[in-house]
Amino acid sequence: MAITTQDPALAAEEAVEASSGRRRRSLPPMTLKLGVGLTVAGAIVLFGLVGPLVVGDPSAVSDIGLSPPGPGHPLGTTQTGQDVLAQLAYATRGSLTIGFVVGALTLALSAFFGVVGTFVGGWVDEAFSLFSNIMLVLPGLPLVIVISSYVPQKSVWLVAVVLAITSWAGSARVLRGYTLSLRNRDYVLAARVADERGWRILAVEILPNLVPILASQVVFAVIFAILGEAGLSFLGLGASGSFTWGTMLYYAQNGLALRLGAWWWFVPPGLLLALFGAALSLVNFSIDEIINPKLRAQTRSQRKRWRMTREQLHDADEVTA
Amino acid sequence: MTATAAAGRPVVGTHPVLEIEDFSVTYLVDPPVPAVQHVDLVLRRGEILGLAGESGCGKSTLAYGVTRLLKPPAAITSGRALFHSREGYAVDLSSLHGEDLRAFRWDKVAMVFQGAMNSLNPVLTIRSQLEDVFTTHRPQMSRAERRARCGELLERVGVDAARLGAYPHELSGGMRQRVMIAMALALEPQVLVMDEPTTALDVVVQREILREITRLRAELGFAVVFITHDLPLLLEISDRIAVMRAGRIVEQADAVTLYTDPQHPYTRRLLASFPSLTGDRGDFVRAGDADLGDELLEETVQVVVDDPAAPAAGATEEETA
Amino acid sequence: MRFVLRKAGFYVVALWAALTLNFLIPRLMPGNPVDIMLSKLATKGPVTPATRDAIEAMLGTDTDASLWSQYVGYLQALAHGDLGTSVAFFPAGVGQVIGQTLPWTVGLIGLSTVVSFVLGVGLGMFAGWRRGSFVDNLVPAATMLQSVPYFWLALLLLFLLGSVWPVFPLSHGYDVYTFAGPEPTWAFVSSVIYHGTLPALTIVISSVGGWMLGMRNMMVSTLAEDYLVTAEAKGLRPRRIRFAYAARNAVLPSLSGFAISLGFVVAGSIVTEAVFSYPGIGSALLMAVNSNDYALMQGVFLVITLSVLGANLLVDLLYGVIDPRTRARS
Repeated sequence: MAITTQDPALAAEEAVEASSGRRRRSLPPMTLKLGVGLTVAGAIVLFGLVGPLVVGDPSAVSDIGLSPPGPGHPLGTTQTGQDVLAQLAYATRGSLTIGFVVGALTLALSAFFGVVGTFVGGWVDEAFSLFSNIMLVLPGLPLVIVISSYVPQKSVWLVAVVLAITSWAGSARVLRGYTLSLRNRDYVLAARVADERGWRILAVEILPNLVPILASQVVFAVIFAILGEAGLSFLGLGASGSFTWGTMLYYAQNGLALRLGAWWWFVPPGLLLALFGAALSLVNFSIDEIINPKLRAQTRSQRKRWRMTREQLHDADEVTA
Repeated sequence: MTATAAAGRPVVGTHPVLEIEDFSVTYLVDPPVPAVQHVDLVLRRGEILGLAGESGCGKSTLAYGVTRLLKPPAAITSGRALFHSREGYAVDLSSLHGEDLRAFRWDKVAMVFQGAMNSLNPVLTIRSQLEDVFTTHRPQMSRAERRARCGELLERVGVDAARLGAYPHELSGGMRQRVMIAMALALEPQVLVMDEPTTALDVVVQREILREITRLRAELGFAVVFITHDLPLLLEISDRIAVMRAGRIVEQADAVTLYTDPQHPYTRRLLASFPSLTGDRGDFVRAGDADLGDELLEETVQVVVDDPAAPAAGATEEETA
Repeated sequence: MRFVLRKAGFYVVALWAALTLNFLIPRLMPGNPVDIMLSKLATKGPVTPATRDAIEAMLGTDTDASLWSQYVGYLQALAHGDLGTSVAFFPAGVGQVIGQTLPWTVGLIGLSTVVSFVLGVGLGMFAGWRRGSFVDNLVPAATMLQSVPYFWLALLLLFLLGSVWPVFPLSHGYDVYTFAGPEPTWAFVSSVIYHGTLPALTIVISSVGGWMLGMRNMMVSTLAEDYLVTAEAKGLRPRRIRFAYAARNAVLPSLSGFAISLGFVVAGSIVTEAVFSYPGIGSALLMAVNSNDYALMQGVFLVITLSVLGANLLVDLLYGVIDPRTRARS
């Protein structure tokens, strides 16, 4: 579970100080980390988009139940003889869809309560902040479980909305920290004095500077959403009629895949889940390096570029000897 | 060169306490950036040596280099700094390592940094930060003695001893700087290196701090290397002044001589760039007298062309990340 | 003092919000939970009026009683500690069920989280102190682990260490075939430890990476601060610099993150207990959901929320002690 690595207010101050002008570069530099992250995430998205079009029918039962990977079934079959690979493709599509939908909803909610509220200031700011803090402190998954349990036939939209409602608070707090710093910058105050309209200042001066942090929060939101939905489905509380990685794992657990040693059934969905999460985390690290330039300075690749002998390095690192 | 004893000023000794010979510091990146080049400087016992120069000329780097506080990729590439102790022995500062270096620090040579706001640990009390100097370097002192001594130190710099229990953020800027000075004097060092100690303070507080420093120097007899870009300030308090530019010392003389009869064109330019109340120096900026400015510029260019030892144009110190 | 009052005030408001939420949810949801519950209870035995009242207080009545008077009744029932009767664990009261299951959760999850935090922050401190060292190289690996969904990691470890190489038991909090219930014997305690190791291990493995990364990044930031240079110039011992100057400042965001993560800890406990069939409060919640035991569900939700709020308050106060600047800011 990824947590923001810094106190939001502190990070916001550092970041805004570090940016030399009004516009910070919005695109991270291409590094190995970023490249790997984007490639892996891209491949999985591709699999989710194109996969269901090329594989067979995931719900077609056959009588070769629980067979390991072999001819005809590259990833083996489930207990009822269904093709695991086909299921995996549809599950990928299902998970990614929910992930992105919830990600978008969470972003909208956190941007509204975090950015707009803070920017307006006054009692609105206080109220929104209090609301965010309370939502943050109330435990999310139990709330989701309780709400979902009242509705036996849950639509995908219901699950998405409930997930978004319980996860926007963290992002909102981080965004609030950043907006607080930006709100008092000279160019914003100048725009105010020049009598620019509020929403214009928001759109033109503040939002562009928030792009990296917004991007980072969106990535977090998507990861959380996919994990959250997977957890729900695994517990049997997911949206009925949807088929995601979590649902696959639910059936695998119920089909006693574990005890019967059918690793091909429960390893692939979890593996894809982990890989996607890892890939997005890598992307987030690269974005982090824009937000916190101090992390950039002493990366290993940079240290290698210094022309110092071991002795000189050792001398210099005296205090940590 | 004999030091003139102006009215009220103590007579400065002629024995050197710190000898810097052919000292060079380079940032070992690709391509390497020379920050300090072949500097020769002598600090006499009990004198105030001013080190003046514009931003980026290398004066702080020189100080950090001599006191072995450089961080990679900066490294000392030539020369040495020799410390002549009151007890009669000499120590090559670059030869100290590990435990010896640690024990030497603060005891013989102490530093006062620019911007005490960030130079004090925000989560420890003032008492704690003063005391840990004693617990490290004078372990034989009893608790009561330490307490008493800390109180004494604060009183000496003009801060109420009741402030010992306060945290840095509870003190004003001027008080924090006084605390830094008190901390530096804790072990009664023989050399005090002060890096822009008053730059971040308003002029009234500045005056008070400077008065403290000269008073303490008269009481305790330590030598001071006073680094600043503010040349007129140095003219008032220093015994000798060294002017630095692009990593080299361009002129060294005692304060009065430097003011009345500057040799190097850069020194003259520096002196001329400070507006004067009486209206002779610096007039060309205020009155827009372009001719006087051009004259000085031509002279400088002429010297640069004639003098092969003058630094190449554009050689500047690179800031550390 | 103002700081403490302000913090306590916030948590009182949050508590009120949680109680109200708990009150509103069953009444806003479609369907009629009271009738469902009562009919289920009726299959197990006669339903007394007192039971009926308690359930209606929790979940809402059909009568014309106004929402406000229902709310008052609900708060009164809560004040008496009456959370209703459980269906899934009939005839035990909800309070009783919670009392039996809560200690298991607190013990396992609480302990594992604290271990994970201390370990992660400690490793992070060393990783940040010495860039490029061995510990620093662990960071990418730990971070990769962090992306792995917790329940899948738990399943995997259960598979490897429970089935393939039967090192640990596959389920339950203690050996249910040997012991009828908790007893104060050494044999029982060792059985508990044996059964608790694998779940605890999965929790620690999956969350240590996050703490480590956060702490390491903060150490790197902090090491670039001016007061670190001062500390070095003062000739202080490396150990003192590392702890009192660097780590004490670097740990602050991790501590506030710890408070936030407590909510996730509780959520995680539900999944842990599902995978390992551990007899904690998460299992109780799931059982309640599966048998439409709304009273138990609401009761568990309430208790979970209370614990999270309480823990958050404690950590917030602790943070105020460790970072003197927060006291000034409030």
